[in-house]
Amino acid sequence: MSTAVHDHPHGHDDHAHHPSGLARYLTTTNHKDIGTMYLWFSFAMFLTGGVMALVIRAELFQPGLQVVNPDFFNQMTTLHGLIMVFGAIMPAFVGFANWQIPMMIGAPDMAFPRLNNWSFWLLPPAALLLVTSLFVPGGAAAAGWTLYPPLTVQMGMGMDLAIFAVHILGMSSILGSINIITTLLNMRAPGMTLMKMPLFCWTWLITAYLLLAAMPVLAGAVTMILTDRHFGTHFFNPAGGGDPVLFQHIFWFFGHPEVYIIAIPAFGVISQVIPAFSRKPLFGYTSMVYATASIAILSFIVWAHHMYTTGMPVQAQLFFMYATSLIAVPTGVKVFNWVATMWKGSLSFETPMLFAIGFLFLFTIGGFTGLVLAIVPIDIQLHDTYYVVAHFHYVMVAGALFAAFAGVYFWIPKWTGRMYDETLGKWHFWLSFIFFNMAFFVQHFLGLAGMPRRIPDYALQFADFNMVSSIGAFGFGLAQLLFLYVVVKCIRSGEQAPAKAWEGADTLEWTHLPSPAPYHSFETPPMVK
Amino acid sequence: MSQRSHNRSTLTRLAIFAVAMFGFGFALVPFYRAICEVTGLNNFIKPDAPLNTQVDTSRWITVELDANTRGLPWSFAPRQRSVRVHPGQLVQVVYEVRNDSASPIAGQAIPSYGPRIAAGYFRKMECFCFQKQELAPGEVRQMPVVFVVDPELPKDVATVTLSYTFFELNGATPKPAGNGVSG
Ligand SMILES: [Cu+2]
Repeated sequence: MSTAVHDHPHGHDDHAHHPSGLARYLTTTNHKDIGTMYLWFSFAMFLTGGVMALVIRAELFQPGLQVVNPDFFNQMTTLHGLIMVFGAIMPAFVGFANWQIPMMIGAPDMAFPRLNNWSFWLLPPAALLLVTSLFVPGGAAAAGWTLYPPLTVQMGMGMDLAIFAVHILGMSSILGSINIITTLLNMRAPGMTLMKMPLFCWTWLITAYLLLAAMPVLAGAVTMILTDRHFGTHFFNPAGGGDPVLFQHIFWFFGHPEVYIIAIPAFGVISQVIPAFSRKPLFGYTSMVYATASIAILSFIVWAHHMYTTGMPVQAQLFFMYATSLIAVPTGVKVFNWVATMWKGSLSFETPMLFAIGFLFLFTIGGFTGLVLAIVPIDIQLHDTYYVVAHFHYVMVAGALFAAFAGVYFWIPKWTGRMYDETLGKWHFWLSFIFFNMAFFVQHFLGLAGMPRRIPDYALQFADFNMVSSIGAFGFGLAQLLFLYVVVKCIRSGEQAPAKAWEGADTLEWTHLPSPAPYHSFETPPMVK
Repeated sequence: MSQRSHNRSTLTRLAIFAVAMFGFGFALVPFYRAICEVTGLNNFIKPDAPLNTQVDTSRWITVELDANTRGLPWSFAPRQRSVRVHPGQLVQVVYEVRNDSASPIAGQAIPSYGPRIAAGYFRKMECFCFQKQELAPGEVRQMPVVFVVDPELPKDVATVTLSYTFFELNGATPKPAGNGVSG
């Protein structure tokens, strides 16, 4: 935090001040370097969690136990969830925030560059804790990513490692959020009022507040598990008058806002991409801001929709059912605004736009199945079935991940100064789109037919759909290696990209900066009219 | 530089907010307890107020008594396996517990009910489960339970199982054998 703003006496010389190689990345306080590290880290975690998903799908390819034993299967489902949520998706969007927010608001860097470096470097040790926990006696945590007691109070030291990892990841997110909020509130270029910020910045401002409110609660919940395990407290342990259901309330007080912590920055990316490729300004900017804010506020009063089967009073079930259904209203506002932006626009379908439209279709399906699950009597039937798994993968993968792909293809010309291979990008989209639906659409049917989640074996009548789903999952996984190839090829030998790589893009990074964006940008802030 | 001090004060306020939310997580614990108390949910180890009800002599309920221990070396059993009672009738049963180990141990019994719906109609006036029990080595203790089965108990329930499990209370957490790697 020593220097809020670099003052370089000869700040135009890009390479004079920073060390090269590993030392550069260990010590860097540059938002672009840190953004790059976040993105590569999250991609590495995405592959790690992806391999775990493929272990799960390999086991479920056929009924019976073939590939792994049930205990290892449970470790895979647990680590897959934790790694994808905290290691892949969240850091990916923090990476976008680091790269884009200073450029989009005309700031020279983040408000606290040193703190920014710390936020990133907390992540690798946490990831290491999670992965190495597979090799300790008793194996990794196997209670599911939701960490419900009493299982979590009973497991071996793999659980302690997972708890510490969650603590560190939470700390990283909190520091990152403080940095993002301060940057957005205090460092906008003159003339850029809050209501002139690009929508991506708005979504991150709201997300950062969500993180700041929700992550400490999760930290508290896992701390209570830790003290129950080792220090004789009885928060969740019935022996001392504790209650396992209490954990679920605290966890989901964090857990539901977490869904929007992941989804809202995705909304932000989509809100930049769709106008650019429709060559029209975003329809209903103000209503987008208010819709996002109301989603964020509502997200704090709906948590118990994850707990309908715990035996809560019917009045509480009704309250949480109506409150949850209410979220469909601002979400609907957003979807209609995106569609209205495309309406009568002069559309073109480059890869970022394909991913954005894919997002629009599939996220809407995920939203609707969420609405189905919000209805108490239906949820009691579908609770902990594959219908739920299908629902949240439509939101997390086709929602957040597709938006992240859209963002990478959209901004990579600005980041690298080079253009990706459009043909291969389109291949990546279509393969991802088809295999994603193959993997997850059939899971709706499995869930409706009653197949329970988190179990390595299943009844024979589920065999065909599971085989289809596993083939889809492996296809989806392989398609992501193509993505890696496209990105590497772009960095090494892509064609030179113009400063304004997309005709319809109109935010500051496109209009005021060359491609690639220089190491230090906007040291004198631009004037925004 | 005013930009920097401006940023610092934003940072301070946001950090205070984060710390407060960490505290809020813990504040949810007493809040949850209070909600359960007000609504009468999960209220199984507190005495019930005696209610002034008619004894429904037209109906018999079999109350089966069950006893378990988890992770502590005690012998624990009811003096009789079951009792037949009328709804509304004040009944006393006795459980016996013995500390088989050579050291004093404290434990707490947690009741549960079968069928689950019966929990709301089973009113305990006096129960050893309201307090922790400390037993010297070899000590034997007779422990009464005084209860009334609410006449509102649904008509299709003719048998209620009252089951107690004793847990050790000295800070140690009960763990299944062979999985307690982490002490
Ligand atoms: Cu939720």
